[in-house]
Amino acid sequence: MQPLPNLSEPDTRPFWLATKDHELIYPVCNACGSIVFYPRAHCTKCTSRDLRYERSAGQGTVYSFTIVRANRQAPFSERIPYVVAWIDLDEGFRMMSNVVECEPLAVSIGQRVEVDWQDFEEMALPYFRVVGAPQDAHG
Amino acid sequence: MLTRAAIVGIHEYPSRNTTGVSALQIKAACAAAALEDAGLQWSDVDALYDANEGVGRLGGLHMGEYFGLKPSIHETTMVGGSSYEVHAGHARDAIALGRARVALLTYGSLSRSAGANIGTGGPPVHDAPLPSENMESIPWGVNVVAYYAMAAMRHMYQYGTTSEQLAEIAVAARLHAIRNPEAVRAMKELGFRDVGEITVDDVVSSRLVADPLHRLECCMISDGGGAVVIASEDIAKDTRQTPVWILGAGEGQGYPESGGDITISGALQSGQRAFGEAGVDPGEIDIAMLYDSFTITVLTVLEDLGFCAKGEGGAFVEDGRLRWDSGLRPSLNTDGGGLFSNHPGMRGIFLLIEAARQLRGQSTSQVDGASLAVCHGNGGLLGSRHVGGTVVLGR
Repeated sequence: MQPLPNLSEPDTRPFWLATKDHELIYPVCNACGSIVFYPRAHCTKCTSRDLRYERSAGQGTVYSFTIVRANRQAPFSERIPYVVAWIDLDEGFRMMSNVVECEPLAVSIGQRVEVDWQDFEEMALPYFRVVGAPQDAHG
Repeated sequence: MLTRAAIVGIHEYPSRNTTGVSALQIKAACAAAALEDAGLQWSDVDALYDANEGVGRLGGLHMGEYFGLKPSIHETTMVGGSSYEVHAGHARDAIALGRARVALLTYGSLSRSAGANIGTGGPPVHDAPLPSENMESIPWGVNVVAYYAMAAMRHMYQYGTTSEQLAEIAVAARLHAIRNPEAVRAMKELGFRDVGEITVDDVVSSRLVADPLHRLECCMISDGGGAVVIASEDIAKDTRQTPVWILGAGEGQGYPESGGDITISGALQSGQRAFGEAGVDPGEIDIAMLYDSFTITVLTVLEDLGFCAKGEGGAFVEDGRLRWDSGLRPSLNTDGGGLFSNHPGMRGIFLLIEAARQLRGQSTSQVDGASLAVCHGNGGLLGSRHVGGTVVLGR
C-alpha cells in the first residue's frame, strides 16, 4: 500500500489537503515575497508568520534524479527500478517526487516535466511525467 | 591564555558483528580501554559527550550513571555521524576555558546484528512525522542512498565527474582496508565475498544501487563503537601516548533549498572555520579522514574543504593520490573507511581515532612523517539536510 503523508502534520497539511482537488500549492511570504518550501507556517527569510498560498501550474524541470534499484520497504520494493527526483517548479520552488510513466533511463537532468496526479481517498499524490523531447545532458 | 586540548586516549571496538553485548557495553568497554590507553581513570573524567545513540534519549543523564561519573559538563549534541567531530570541537572549547580537563566521547551501535535498514530501507514509521518526512521520505520511496545518488548525479552533470573518478575513492579505501587486520576481519564477518584489492573496473562493474552509485561505493553496515579521551595540556603532557592536538574545529549545515546547489555541503562552512583556526592550509594536510558513507561524500568534502576547486574533485583523486604510499597529499581513510572497515551508522568517532593513530605513528598504513590531519564528518544526508563537522589535528 502506498504510504501517504500524515494530514495531522500542521505545516504541510494545507499542501496535502489541496492535492485532493489537484492543486499544487506553495506558501509565499506576504511581508518579503519569499517562497517557503517545504511548506511552513513561518517565513525563513524574514520573521513574518503571514504567508499566503499560491497555485503552481505544475510545470518544471528535473534538477537531479536517481534510479532507485534497491529498497527493502514495500511497496517501493515491488516498483524498483523507479525514479526519485528533485523538480524545480517554474514558480521557483524545488520539490521531491517520482518521475513516472517512462523508462527510468529516459529521465535526465534538465528534462521538462509536468505534474501527473494519482488519486487516493483523502489526497492525491503529485507525481511527474516527462513532457517534450529529452534534454541535452549539459545545458 | 586559553588552554590547549589534545586527544590522549583512543579505542576502536574490534568486532563488527557482535553477539550477546549491548551498545552500552560497547561504549563502556571502549571508554575504559581509551582511558587505559591514556593512563587515566574514570575519576579523571569531568566532561561527558554523548550522541544519545546508546540509550535513545537522555544520554547525558544515563551515561554518566552507567560509567559512574559525576561530570561537570554534559553535552548531548546529536547531529548524526558528525556528532563526534562536533563533540571534539566543543570539548576543545570547554578545556580552553578551563571548564573541563578530561573529556570522554563514546559510541556504540548494534546496527548490523539488529538488522538496521540504514542505506536502502524506507523511512522510520512515526505517528507524528516531520514536515520534511511528509514531503519526501514517506511518499516518494527516497532512501538514504537515493539522496546521495542525486547529489552525485548533479555533480556529474555540473562538472563532468565520472564513475571511474568516484571509484578511485573506493579503490584507495580497500587498499588500506586489506592492510588493517581489523578491517579484513570486519569484511569477513560481514560476509564480503572478496576481501582483496579492487580496481576501478571492479567498482564500476559492481551492481548499481541508486544511479550513479554502485555497490562498492556504499559503506558497510556493521556493529561497533569507539571512544576518544581529550585532555587539557597539563594532563596531556603526562599521558602515555603522543598527544594529538586539536588545532581547529568548525561546523556547517546544509539542506534542500529552492535554487540551492546540492553539490555543495556544510563542509564549506565548517572547513573554513576549522582551517582558519588552525592556521593550516588544506595542501599541508597529510591525512584526510573523511566520512565515506558513499564515494560522493568524500569527493564533495575534498572540494568543500579546499583540497581542490569546486568541481575538480574528480581529477584530484585520479592517479592513486589518495593511497597511503602515493607520496602525495592527502592520504585518505587509512583504516579502510566506512566502506571497508567500520560503519555502524555514525562513523565520526573512527575518523578521530584513525587520525590520532596516524599522528602517533600507529596506523596499519602509516604515512611517513604524518603530522597534520583533518577529520570531517557528514551527519544526515549529503544533498539534503546535514551537519558537517571538521576537526584539524596536529602532532
